[in-house]
Amino acid sequence: MKHTLFLSGKGGTGKTSLAGAFAVLTQEKVLADCDVDAANLYLLLEPQIVSEGVFQGIKLAIKDNDKCTACGKCREVCRFRAIDEQFNIDSYMCEGCGACAYVCPTDAITLSLVDCGRWYTAATRLGPLAGAELYPGEETSGKLVAMVKEKAMKLAEEAELQTLLSDGSPGIGCPVIASISGVSSVILVTEPTLSGLHDLERILGVVEHFGVPAYLVINKADLNTTISTQIEGFAQRRKLAILGQIPYDDKVTKMMIQGKSAVEDQESPAGKAMREIFSRFAEILK
Amino acid sequence: MRIAIASGKGGTGKTTVAVNLAISLAEHEPVQLVDCDVEEPNDHIFLHFRADQVRSVAKLLPRVDENLCTHCGKCAEACEFKAIAIIGNKILVYNDLCHGCGLCAMVCPTGAITETPHELGVIELGEADGFQFARGVLNIGEAMATPIIHELKDELHPNHLAILDAPPGTGCPTIAAIHGADIALLVTESTPFGLHDLRAAVGVARSLSVPVAVIINRYGIGDNRVESYCAAEGIPIVLKIPFSREIASLYSRGIPFVKELTEWRDRFIVLHEALKKVATS
Repeated sequence: MKHTLFLSGKGGTGKTSLAGAFAVLTQEKVLADCDVDAANLYLLLEPQIVSEGVFQGIKLAIKDNDKCTACGKCREVCRFRAIDEQFNIDSYMCEGCGACAYVCPTDAITLSLVDCGRWYTAATRLGPLAGAELYPGEETSGKLVAMVKEKAMKLAEEAELQTLLSDGSPGIGCPVIASISGVSSVILVTEPTLSGLHDLERILGVVEHFGVPAYLVINKADLNTTISTQIEGFAQRRKLAILGQIPYDDKVTKMMIQGKSAVEDQESPAGKAMREIFSRFAEILK
Repeated sequence: MRIAIASGKGGTGKTTVAVNLAISLAEHEPVQLVDCDVEEPNDHIFLHFRADQVRSVAKLLPRVDENLCTHCGKCAEACEFKAIAIIGNKILVYNDLCHGCGLCAMVCPTGAITETPHELGVIELGEADGFQFARGVLNIGEAMATPIIHELKDELHPNHLAILDAPPGTGCPTIAAIHGADIALLVTESTPFGLHDLRAAVGVARSLSVPVAVIINRYGIGDNRVESYCAAEGIPIVLKIPFSREIASLYSRGIPFVKELTEWRDRFIVLHEALKKVATS
C-alpha cells in the first residue's frame, strides 16, 4: 500500500487543494479526509454516501445529584479542572478518565459513552472516500482520525487498490500524530511567509520523529520570493526534497467555488505546477 | 473582556487579527495577548518579545516498581486510555496514550505505581510592543496541547483586555481556547472551504454559549456566501479586510500591517466597540 499524507503545520497553505489535485491525477486510489475538525476535501468530490455511523470516542463522567453527598472527593482527584466548587462536572473539561467515579463513596458518578461525531464512506467522482466530522464542541479528534484511516484501508482492500491519499489537519498535535502512523510518505505544503517557514520546521520535526519520508511543496511561491529562497535553503540543510513550487493563482479559488481542482482547468498556472509536482512525485515512488 | 479569535479553517488570518488588534488597542488600555495555538504559535514572529518567565508544563506518567508489581492487572483494567497493559509477566506503559489522570496509581493494591512529570511543553510570559504577551509551545512529538492552553489561561490578568489567539480546527485545543470567552471573533474567507469551517466554528462557540461575530478576511476573493450565511444566522460581520498584496506581503515578512497602514488602527478600535456590544447583547 502506498499511503501519502498531506500535512503543513500551518493552516491554509493549500493541503486540501493539492490533495484534491492528486485525487484528480491519480488513477486508482482511495481517498481519506483525516482533517475531521475542518473536513473540506469532499467539497471537491461530489460524494454519494455509501455507509455511515455514529462515532462514540470517549466517555464522560455523569453525576447523579440524588446520590451526591457533596463530600468533594471527586474534585480532589480530578486533574482536568472538570469539577467546580459546587461539584458540577464540566463536560468540556472532562477527559473521561474515571478517577472521580472511582473515589466517589456513594457511586454517584458513572462514565458514559457520548456521541462525538459521524463517520462515512462515500462513492465520489474521483473514487471511494472515507471521512468523518466531529460534532460541534466534541473532542477526541485523534481517535476519529484513526477510525477514518481504518475505514479507508478497508475500502482499499475491498476494491483491491494499492494507493491511498490522505488529507491531514493543521498543527502538530493529537490528530496529526494519529494521521501519521503507518503512512509511506508525507507531502508538506508550505507558503513563503515567516509563519509558514516557522511552522514547517515544527511539522518536519514531527514527521522525522516518526521516521516517515517527507517531501516539500512551496505554494504561492511568488508572493515572497525572498522567503521562498529561504525555505529552499532550509529544505537543503534538512535534506528535504522539494517537489516543486506553485505560483499564486486566483483560479485555484475560482475552481474551488465550482467544486473542482485547479488541475481541471487547463489554463491555470497553479494547475500546471501541480501536474508537474504530481509527475515528479510519481517518479520518486517508482 | 476576553476575546477568543478562532476560525475553524486554518490560515484565514487569526494571527493577523489578533496581533493587529492587540497593537491598536494597547495604545488606549491594558491589553494581554495570549497565543493559544501552542502547536504552531506564530504571534511572536510579529512582535518584539523576549520571555521574562518560562515555565514547564508537564503531565504525570506512571512509573511501575517491578519489585512491588504483582501483575494483577487492576491498573490496565481501570485505564480508560489503554495506556497501560500487562503482557504475561511484563507491564507496559504507553506514554503517548497516557493522559496523566493518576487512576492507575490509585487502584494499585501494592503501591507499585508512582508518578513522574513528563514535559509536554512550556509557557512563556513577558512584554511585547506595549502589552502583556504569553504563549505556549508544545514539544515536538507530543499530542496533548490542552494542558498548556489551560496553564496559559491561568495567566490572564483580570484587569486587562484579553485577546486569545485560538488554534485552527474545532477539536479540544480550540474548545479550550474559546471556553470562558466573552466573545468568539471568527475570522474567515468567503470560499466553500472557509464557509464550511466557519459553520463548524459557530457550532463550537454556540455549544459553549459564547456569542460570535465574524471578520471576512481577503475580502474580494471568493463570493458572497459568507455574507448570506451570516445574514441568515443573524451573525454580525464586524470587519472586512480586503485582499491586498500589500497586506499579504507585510504578513509574509512578519510585520503587523497596522504599523504601515496606520489608518487601520482606528478601524480596530471601532471593531472593539462593536465586539463589546455583541458580547453584552
